[in-house]
Amino acid sequence: MKYLFYPGCSMEKSAIPYLMSLKAIEDKLSMELVELEDWNCCGATEYSAVNRIASHALVGRNLAIAESMSAESHTLVAPCSACYLNLSKTDHYLQEDRIFKARIDDALAAGDMSYTPGSIEVRHALDVIYNEIGLEKIKANVVKPLKGLRVAAYYGCMIVRPDLHGYYDSHEYPMILEELLEALGAEVIDFPMKTHCCSGHMTQISGETAYELIRRLIYGATRYEADLMVTLCPMCQLNIDAYQSEANRYFKTDYVMPILYFTQLIGLAFGIDAKDLGIGQEFVDPRPALAKIDVEVDEAPAATKKRRVKEEGLPMPQMPGKNGGGD
Amino acid sequence: MTVLVDRQTKKGPWVDQLKGRTLIEWVEDRTPGDSRLEMCIQCGTCGGSCPSGQDMDHTPRQLFAMLRAELEEEVLNSNTPWFCVSCYLCTVRCPQEVKITDIMYTIKTLAVADPRTHANTARDFSETFIGYVDRFGRSFEFGLASRHALSHMPNSVQGVMELGLGLLTQRRMDLTPTKIKNLPQLSKILHRAKELEAEL
Repeated sequence: MKYLFYPGCSMEKSAIPYLMSLKAIEDKLSMELVELEDWNCCGATEYSAVNRIASHALVGRNLAIAESMSAESHTLVAPCSACYLNLSKTDHYLQEDRIFKARIDDALAAGDMSYTPGSIEVRHALDVIYNEIGLEKIKANVVKPLKGLRVAAYYGCMIVRPDLHGYYDSHEYPMILEELLEALGAEVIDFPMKTHCCSGHMTQISGETAYELIRRLIYGATRYEADLMVTLCPMCQLNIDAYQSEANRYFKTDYVMPILYFTQLIGLAFGIDAKDLGIGQEFVDPRPALAKIDVEVDEAPAATKKRRVKEEGLPMPQMPGKNGGGD
Repeated sequence: MTVLVDRQTKKGPWVDQLKGRTLIEWVEDRTPGDSRLEMCIQCGTCGGSCPSGQDMDHTPRQLFAMLRAELEEEVLNSNTPWFCVSCYLCTVRCPQEVKITDIMYTIKTLAVADPRTHANTARDFSETFIGYVDRFGRSFEFGLASRHALSHMPNSVQGVMELGLGLLTQRRMDLTPTKIKNLPQLSKILHRAKELEAEL
């Protein structure tokens, strides 16, 4: 089945493992992802904070490109939650608000482009894999069940909220990721924090705000004894993975909660080599967790590599009476 | 803080832009779709649901009451919309279906456009981000993170550098931006959109 594909900026940079793993399972799921030609940034949560009309015109260009390629498919797949929401939101408001549509039409016309609202169906990668490809197809490809791996299914916000097109059964307690992970053989834990915020861009704005939101999530997953968290969003992955040490430092905690993309777990269950799924590029080392399902990863993540320091290297001050330093 | 619009005469810097509208109507007009802002019943579900509410100057409910009271300068200088994490929990929980998150975006754009508002870290982050999008058509994580960290987080530059180095060694960040092919087309679209925005 062919789908139009909007990777988004993160997928080519910080979330490269997500793109690699999605590409690695494409064939087995009988998906063909046709990338939009010369797509631009979706604006994330930043453009609409500065210029409202321009933020939607920015997205409008991507929708117009999608429409021009609709001979391939009418469904546009976005794997990033923010990209997904921006694309679907612009399409939604273009259908709902005629004055708004006139303004976006005007802006797009300046670039000799146009978009017919509703002509493209925007879907998130998880939604397409669960609802279009289906669990039967997934189960049929599982050769290495993730038996014994305890996972916390983490959705984040923007896939299930505001859900303008009504694809999800719950804004706060969806179950499709759990069902998918169970189909892979994993043991899915209860995770009440599953649609709570990862703090989004707050790591760049107010560390105190961001680290508390990150702490809640890793605390929740640890409390329910998850081996790792599973995500479907580049922003969530970056915050939980790359900022976990900062959050630990801030709260003087020592949580170790790895986080992988759901596409990476699908790939592992399909028997694909961890390296080809981009596993080994994390900050928080997932190897102890993956050892439970006999997955070996050659490369040690750089951030958790221990610096080699000679035991007898530097003379350290010693307290009298301790470690034989006095009497 | 002074209120710059005289409530009786509506005289003040806003009078031209408001075009006889109340502040609420003005925000509604600038929000795509039906924002339902006027439907707020001040129940406080939004503030109670907000993950970053504890760090906000005002809860969304308070901010909407301030809009109703035409306290524009206070609204535009509130950190509330800038501490909105865009999680949409308030939006889906609001019994009146007020599009709270969307309204927060609108208030941010109004604050950016108003010379009386103070600069803040969040606003600079957004403006730096979109500067790269305007120039390249793509976001540029390395440029954004390094520039933002140097100007706003001088005390944690070391932490940011460690993070950046980690991303680089994990092959998760590029030092150079990616540029789209048809940047002139995008620039024309964005330029026209910004002209239209100024007319609102």
